[in-house]
Amino acid sequence: MVGGTMTLFLLICAAISLFWTPGSAYEIVIANRFLPPSADHWLGTDQFGRDIASMLMTGTQNSIVVAVVAVSIGLFIGVSLGLLAAARRGWTEEIIMRLSDFSFAFPAILSAIMLTAILGPGGVNSILAIGLYNIPVFARLTRGSANAIWTREYVMAARASGKGRLRITFEHILPNILSIIIVQATILFAIAILAEAALSYLGLGTQPPEPSWGRMLNEAQTLMFLDPMQAIYPGLAIAIAVFGLNLLGDGLRDVLDPRLSRKR
Amino acid sequence: MSVFIAKRVLTLIATLIGASMVIFLVMEILPGDPALVILGVDASESAVQTLTKELGLDRPPLERYISWITGLLQGELGNSYAYKVPVWELVQGALLITLPLAIMSIILSIVLALVIGLYAAANHNKAGDVTLMGISQLGISIPNFWLAILLIILFAIELRWLPAGGFPGWDEGILKCLTALLLPSLALATVVGAILARITRSSVLEVFREDYVRTARAKGLSQRATLWRHVLRNALIPVLTVTGIQFAALLTGTVVVENVFHIPGLGSLVLKAINNRDTIVVENVVLLLATMVITVNFLVDILYAVIDPRLKAHDI
Amino acid sequence: MTLLSVQDLTVTLATNDGPARAVRDLSFTLEKGETLGIVGESGCGKSMAALALMGLLPSMSKTTGRINLDGKNLLEKTETEMCRIRGNRMAMIFQEPMTSLNPVHTIGHQIMEPLRLHKGLSDDDAHKETIRLLDRVGIPNPKARIDNYPHQLSGGQRQRVMIAIALSCKPHILIADEPTTALDVTIQDQILDLIQTLVREDGMALILISHDLGVISENTEKILVMYGGAAVETGRTDRIFEELVHPYTQGLFAAMPRLGRARSKRLVTIPGTVPDLISLPAGCTFTDRCPLATDICRETPPPVIEVKGQHFVACHHVEEARARKTEELFS
Repeated sequence: MVGGTMTLFLLICAAISLFWTPGSAYEIVIANRFLPPSADHWLGTDQFGRDIASMLMTGTQNSIVVAVVAVSIGLFIGVSLGLLAAARRGWTEEIIMRLSDFSFAFPAILSAIMLTAILGPGGVNSILAIGLYNIPVFARLTRGSANAIWTREYVMAARASGKGRLRITFEHILPNILSIIIVQATILFAIAILAEAALSYLGLGTQPPEPSWGRMLNEAQTLMFLDPMQAIYPGLAIAIAVFGLNLLGDGLRDVLDPRLSRKR
Repeated sequence: MSVFIAKRVLTLIATLIGASMVIFLVMEILPGDPALVILGVDASESAVQTLTKELGLDRPPLERYISWITGLLQGELGNSYAYKVPVWELVQGALLITLPLAIMSIILSIVLALVIGLYAAANHNKAGDVTLMGISQLGISIPNFWLAILLIILFAIELRWLPAGGFPGWDEGILKCLTALLLPSLALATVVGAILARITRSSVLEVFREDYVRTARAKGLSQRATLWRHVLRNALIPVLTVTGIQFAALLTGTVVVENVFHIPGLGSLVLKAINNRDTIVVENVVLLLATMVITVNFLVDILYAVIDPRLKAHDI
Repeated sequence: MTLLSVQDLTVTLATNDGPARAVRDLSFTLEKGETLGIVGESGCGKSMAALALMGLLPSMSKTTGRINLDGKNLLEKTETEMCRIRGNRMAMIFQEPMTSLNPVHTIGHQIMEPLRLHKGLSDDDAHKETIRLLDRVGIPNPKARIDNYPHQLSGGQRQRVMIAIALSCKPHILIADEPTTALDVTIQDQILDLIQTLVREDGMALILISHDLGVISENTEKILVMYGGAAVETGRTDRIFEELVHPYTQGLFAAMPRLGRARSKRLVTIPGTVPDLISLPAGCTFTDRCPLATDICRETPPPVIEVKGQHFVACHHVEEARARKTEELFS
């Protein structure tokens, strides 16, 4: 519940920032730099006089877009590969699983480093890198849970009645593992937000002037001695987002799969 | 046992070769000519061609891959395009900082995890357990580089107990160096430790429900003796799995956290190399990091067999 | 003095749906070297009663009554004192040999553990004693087997190891909770024979718990039939089998497949299912499934009536139950 509320709050922030923010997240007004929080600037302004609250809200958009696209990439490709591996078994499964073993040696940030070395820094590349990292995670989970379903009696019955593998996959396998996948997606969504922030912090992700939480932290760090509060807000935003999503994931697990939650 | 290890070693080698190929291929697609980077954009066509030949970049990819790998095995990595010094020198210096940092962090996280996890499991559903699990849920959600910044603000700026960053170099004495690595490793260990603590707790609680724990109690072992002699070893199996997975996260975490503290480790090195388009450094550092991840997972596999005798039986 | 005397033992479990009385007002005695069988369907509270004797019930349970071992009430003992009794004076064998041994320790290590703990044996002596025990429970080649892990043994062998653990400190009482239920039929008799022999040799008292009336009748001198947490019929085995009185016991016996019974005769089943422990009637627990039940059964706990010497039945309608034949009761 709490997780859901926090996640909803973030979504609303992002939605509002699409057409309204308390100040401007882009406009540089040097005269207004380092303003303390006030009615005009809820959380004060940064070293360029930009409104911090507005930057945070716009940053929410950015984080959500990156996470949604990255998780979707992982979700569609990973789940398809996992289902295929479970349905075909044999060498198809072997190849898919060995490939996913490999990719475990390249965590999101490492693959992002390689990608940015090739394509140069940028938001799209960080999305790609995080998405690539998500593929084997989903593939493994899907294959593992799908394999378990394939051995169930009702799937045996469906096979005995002459249904094809593809049909069984969509009629029996996918619906039964959907809840596990949704829970995993929530958790990976949180991880994606973290990874995006880290990449932007390193200067490999979202580029200025587009506001992003990681980028804001990077800029705030140089001003740590001057204005430490600037380094607090963006981190807090990330922590709230990730915390909310993690709680949501746990909550969904309880609702969708009581069997799993008891094991925790 | 030897069959088990031999199999794992073969897998290790195969994975390493695979990983190096992936890195090489990705770098192959790289647009941008290293020779151009070294000589600058204004360089003449002929100078670029000469240098390309000198660097061996005109040879076919397979040949270059093989010579990269044989060079690697001999410790010959070639020269950095940007700094004109052997890559090995750059990497070695950085590795001597990143590796201790990673080891310090993982030890710290395991200690944190075991203490918190065991305490929480022993006080299941009591106030201590609920509080600790709430804190650990928060710990998981905090980005490590933000925590690093917070630690700097608290310990370096407000309290002035510890340095805000930088690394004195190992010549300056081990104590000074470890002090410099303390905050970074704390920032890294908090997150990983929080995850492992949760796994430890749930794993211990789960094993406590096993039939053999009841057997141990029926023998007359106290709750505490049962925990140490029968529960812990079984409960460590999932903890170990997650530790292996988390090591990768921790290692990439060092890349980020090193930048917060301005520590000249592999993370700082690879970022500078990216900015300089120093691809030869990038590819070697990435391979090194990947190798560390793969090796740790190999060690985890071996440890499994030590902890759980059932696994050996499968392979023999 | 009576070795074990249980009086009004009641176990209440706290569940999400409210308190469940898993065992209610259970009383029995056990003399030195005596064998007692507790029989009933799964969920009737027999395992709970056994765990209560050992003091191993889950923490969200409450136990009242008295469990006197050599005249001392176990329920008043501290946890440390109980640890000295468990595995030493009282030992227990469980239903699942596959999961009751710790997979990461050798069987030798697990047998030696109580020897070191209670008898203070040195490593060397414990090792020798373990080999002797393995040999005694019929594990071939014990010197080599001592270093085996549980997964290298069959189910029957694992149960033999469990027996070796239980017997290691020569307990006065051995509790065997469905020791053969998880095993192949061919191995069941071997294990039961082994338990019988060892119990007789060491002069131990045995509490054998089973859902199988046949197993109980062949292996014990006294019987306690449980239903819904309460004892419905108790007494000497031979007396009870002379005349089964309680409607539940009759039903249980009739439901047992036997060789030589006319093929045309169908197996009798007791209608209904094992009751939910939370919503049991205040009176007789068998009320809802009993063909003789009347209003009094539901509201008042049944009186315990001695039908013959050393044969007790807890029922409001003893005379009617004795008069009717089983076939009339359940058809």
